[in-house]
Amino acid sequence: MAAVWSDYLLPFLIVLGQSVLLLVLLLITVAYLLYADRKIWAAVQIRRGPNVVGPWGLWQSFADLIKFVLKEPVIPAGANKGVFLLAPVVTTTLALAAWAVIPVSAGWVIANINVGVLYIFAISSLGVYGVIMAGWASNSKYPFLAALRSAAQMVSYEVSIGFVFITVLLCVGSLNLSAIVEAQNSAWGLLGWFWLPLLPMLVIFFVSALAETNRPPFDLIEAESELVAGYMVEYGSTPYMMLMLGEYVAISTMCAMCTILFFGGWLPPFPVVPFTWIPGVIWFVLKAAFVFFMFAMVKAFVPRYRYDQLMRLGWKVFLPVSLAMVAIVAAVLQVTGWAAK
Amino acid sequence: MIIHAIFFYLFAGVTVASAVMVISARNPVHSVLFLILAFVNAAGLFVLLGAEFLAMILIVVYVGAVAVLFLFVVMMLDVDFTELRRGFLNYLPIGALIGAVLLAELLILVGGWAIAPPTAHPAAPIAANVSNTEALGLVLYTRYVYFFEAAGVILLIAMIGAIVMTLQHKPQVRRQNIAAQIARRRASAIELVKVKPGQGVS
Repeated sequence: MAAVWSDYLLPFLIVLGQSVLLLVLLLITVAYLLYADRKIWAAVQIRRGPNVVGPWGLWQSFADLIKFVLKEPVIPAGANKGVFLLAPVVTTTLALAAWAVIPVSAGWVIANINVGVLYIFAISSLGVYGVIMAGWASNSKYPFLAALRSAAQMVSYEVSIGFVFITVLLCVGSLNLSAIVEAQNSAWGLLGWFWLPLLPMLVIFFVSALAETNRPPFDLIEAESELVAGYMVEYGSTPYMMLMLGEYVAISTMCAMCTILFFGGWLPPFPVVPFTWIPGVIWFVLKAAFVFFMFAMVKAFVPRYRYDQLMRLGWKVFLPVSLAMVAIVAAVLQVTGWAAK
Repeated sequence: MIIHAIFFYLFAGVTVASAVMVISARNPVHSVLFLILAFVNAAGLFVLLGAEFLAMILIVVYVGAVAVLFLFVVMMLDVDFTELRRGFLNYLPIGALIGAVLLAELLILVGGWAIAPPTAHPAAPIAANVSNTEALGLVLYTRYVYFFEAAGVILLIAMIGAIVMTLQHKPQVRRQNIAAQIARRRASAIELVKVKPGQGVS
C-alpha cells in the first residue's frame, strides 16, 4: 500500500497541483491579454478603450466573464445539439492542453517530454476541429461558410509552421522544448538567440501564427463585414465565452512558442550580473508579452486579406521559401560542421 | 503496472467502441468524429508502448490533416441518410469476409511468433541510450533509405496525378492577376480632372 502512495498517488497529486496552479495563472493572464488587446487597439485609434470597470478598466475582463456566465445559453432548434455544445469544450480543452509541455523557466514545466515540439504541433493542428464542429453543428449558412474557410486556412498555414519547426530542430538536434531554449544559451546573450540567424523563419512563423490562430488580418472565419461573426454567430453566453477563451489561450501558446523557438525562452538578454539575478519566468513573460504586443499592433494596423490572397501567401510564398530555408539551413549546418550531434 | 493495464484497457476499449460507432452512426459527420476519437485513442496506445514519436505523427498526419479533409468533404456533400442506409446490409458479407481475413492473418503472425520466436523476422534492436525518435531516424535513413525514397517518389507521383486530373483551364473563368494588382500605382489608377461648372465629365 505504501508503494501505491509513493509511486502513483503522490506524483499524481503533485502534477495535479502544478496543473491547477498553471491553469489559474494562465486564465488570469488571458483575462489581461484580452484587456491589453482592447487597450492597444484603442490607443492606436486614439480611443480610451475599456476604462469604466475598476481603476483604468482593469476589471473589465472579469465583468465580461460574469456577464457571459449569467446569461441564458440559447441552442438553435435546428442545431445538432451534442456537437454544438461539444465544439466550445473541444476548443478550450485543446488550447489549454498545449500548455502542459511549455517550459516557463529552467525545469518549470509540467511534462518535460522528448517530443514537445511535435506535441505542440499536433495540438495546434487539432484546433481547427473546434471551428469546424461549431460551424457545422450550428446548421446555419454563415457559420458553415466560416467552417469551410477555416478548414482550408488552418491546414495551409500548418505546413509552413511545420517547416519552421524543422529548421529550428535542425539547429538544436532535439525535439525537447527545454533543450531548444538551452541551445540558445551562449556568451553572446541576445545575439545568440535564433531570431538573428533564422530571421526569415521568424517572419514566416509570426505571420503563420496569426493565420493559425485566426487573428486579424487573417480573421476571415469571423469576418464581421462578410460573415457577421463567422462560426460564432449562433453562440451566446458560456459556450461563446469558451470559444473566445480557447482562441486567446491559443494565441498565448503561439506567443510562448515564438519566445521559446526564437527569443531564447527564459534566458536573460545579457548574460551579466544584474540581468541574471532576475528569475527566468519574468524574462519569459516579458518576451511573450512583447510578441503579443506585436500581435495586437498587427490587428490595429493591417486591413483584412482577401481569401485568394491568403491562399496564395500560404502556398505560393511561404511554402517554397520555408522549404528552401530548410535545405539551406541543413546544408550550412552540414558544411560548417555545426550540426548537433 | 496496474495503472498501465487500466490505461491500456481504457484506450483499447474506447478505440474499439468508437470504431463500431463509425460504421453504425446514423449521421456521416458523427461517423467522422468517432473516427477521430479512434485515431486519438490509438495514439494513446502508442504512447503506452513507449513510441511517443509515432503517437504524435499519428495525430499530426491522420487527425490534423487527413480527417480534416474527410470532415470537409462529408460536410460539403449533402448526403441522403436513408438512401445511404438502404444498401448497408448488402455489403455485410464482404465486410465480414475482409474482417475474417485480417483476423486470420493477425492470428497466424502473432501465433507463429508466440510458438516459434526465431521464425519471425527480428526487429532492429534499439540501443538503450537512444530516444525512439532518434532510433527511428537511424533505421529509416540508413537501412531502409531506398524504400523510404521510393515511398516519397510514389507519393509525389500521386500528388502530381491528382493535380493533373483536376486542373482545368476554362477560357471563360477570369483569374486574379496578382502581378498586375501589385504593379498598380497611383499614376495609373487615379486621374484628377478639373471640371468646369455646368459641363460635367464626358
